[in-house]
Amino acid sequence: MYSEKVMDHFQNPRNVGEIENASGTGTVGNAKCGDIMRIYLDIDENQVIRDCKFKTFGCGAAVATSSMATELVKGKTVQEAMAVTNKAVMEALDGLPPVKVHCSLLAEEAIHAALWDYAEKNGIVIEGLEKPVTDISEHEEEEEY
Amino acid sequence: MGELIYLDNAATTKMSKEVVDAMLPYFTEQYGNASAIYSFAGKAKEALTDAREYIAQSIGAEAKDLYFTSGGTEADNWALKAAAEAYESKGKHIITSKIEHHAILHTCEYLEKRGFEITYIDVDENGIVKLDELEKAIRSDTILISVMFANNEIGTIEPIAEIGKIAKAHGVLFHTDAVQAYAQIPINVDEMNIDMMSASAHKLNGPKGVGFLYIRKGLKLRSFMHGGAQERGRRATTENVPGIVGFAKAARLSFDTLSDKIAKETALRDHLIERISDEIPYCRLNGDRQNRLPNNVNFSFRFIEGESMLIMLDMQGICASSGSACTSGSLDPSHVLLAIGLPHEIAHGSLRLTVSTENTMEQMDFVVDELKKIIDRLRRMSPLYEDFLKSNQ
Repeated sequence: MYSEKVMDHFQNPRNVGEIENASGTGTVGNAKCGDIMRIYLDIDENQVIRDCKFKTFGCGAAVATSSMATELVKGKTVQEAMAVTNKAVMEALDGLPPVKVHCSLLAEEAIHAALWDYAEKNGIVIEGLEKPVTDISEHEEEEEY
Repeated sequence: MGELIYLDNAATTKMSKEVVDAMLPYFTEQYGNASAIYSFAGKAKEALTDAREYIAQSIGAEAKDLYFTSGGTEADNWALKAAAEAYESKGKHIITSKIEHHAILHTCEYLEKRGFEITYIDVDENGIVKLDELEKAIRSDTILISVMFANNEIGTIEPIAEIGKIAKAHGVLFHTDAVQAYAQIPINVDEMNIDMMSASAHKLNGPKGVGFLYIRKGLKLRSFMHGGAQERGRRATTENVPGIVGFAKAARLSFDTLSDKIAKETALRDHLIERISDEIPYCRLNGDRQNRLPNNVNFSFRFIEGESMLIMLDMQGICASSGSACTSGSLDPSHVLLAIGLPHEIAHGSLRLTVSTENTMEQMDFVVDELKKIIDRLRRMSPLYEDFLKSNQ
């Protein structure tokens, strides 16, 4: 059901861990739906993301999307990191099964939440960044059978 | 290890060689239609009769009250829909439990949309149906009680004889979905006052696509499938003779060795339960410790999610299942785990291992050793575990 890339990022997740005194952290999702992602960003004075770590409670796709998202934002400026959308994460993973698309949305939200935290702490504005939604379950619609 | 370790026997089982051998002649040699008059079809008819007689007596029933179906789901659908239709002039109230299989629950939802009222009885923290609540729920318009013999996820065996007694005392029909229990533990429909019972062959090393519904004599259930006169006119379609022969053979093999089978499975099960409880912190055994199917182990592990665990076990060749949302295709974890009172995040971290007599103690040890590593790895990745450790500092 998963692409080789998803399996690779699930089996060998990149950037698992915490960053002490991170420039920004964001936690999204909820335990009720079975997915929680936390992203830590270390951002230098030129607004470049020096390091990025994650912790995730969730399925294989949740772990893989978090891992890929951290890879994609590392080394980018905070403004460039805004281009790391759920679509970008999915493409980088060679796609996700339809029922797992919400995991990639969660990864995007987690990055945004961490950027928001950084922007608030430093009193700066990142173009296009909105206050993150922390509970994605409200966006999910249950299918009727 | 490299070998396949199959621990999902509650989902389906491997067919025994003996069962396949018993079935084969009915595909290519004795292929006659059991309803035909000519003598060539006699062997097929005889095999059908023998199978029905054997299976019927294995639950203390008469052969003519046993109806073969395409499986457990059909039997459940038939029992509920036909009983609802047959007795709606008496009332439109049905009682069931919150932990039934979806073959029952979704059929109940179907009936609700058609004007029936369903009461879903609570279970305790071990998954045992609350008998006092069940008895109190009975009304003058209650026509049916349907409670599963044993739960497919957590393995809890329900107090079926007590429920049968209550149903009989109030003059209410009693159906039990015995898909997980038939030929795994002893069942007697008369002693337990069971009016209808569903079972399936592929849970006991038999073929897929065959099951039965036992219907007590005198119940006015109509046919579910209209057509020919097969199954005493109550379930049309040419009999699946090879499947039915395989079902009876599988049942025979199981009953002939039942006490050994139960002893061996129980030993494997208890070894898993003991080692996991002792060696993996922050876990919970789901289901009743005593009234439990011999082959069922179900644990919840805090701070981690089930699907991740399953993929990692799969990489080690271990087949297991979970009640997490990610494995069900919805956002909610198993209704059974929620019904026994688990919070969502703990229900998401559940793991079901269901053993068979083909498994070995070495395999159980390998599984626990791998599971320890997997859970440790996933917890180190989990923000919930991080928060837990920080709050305990």
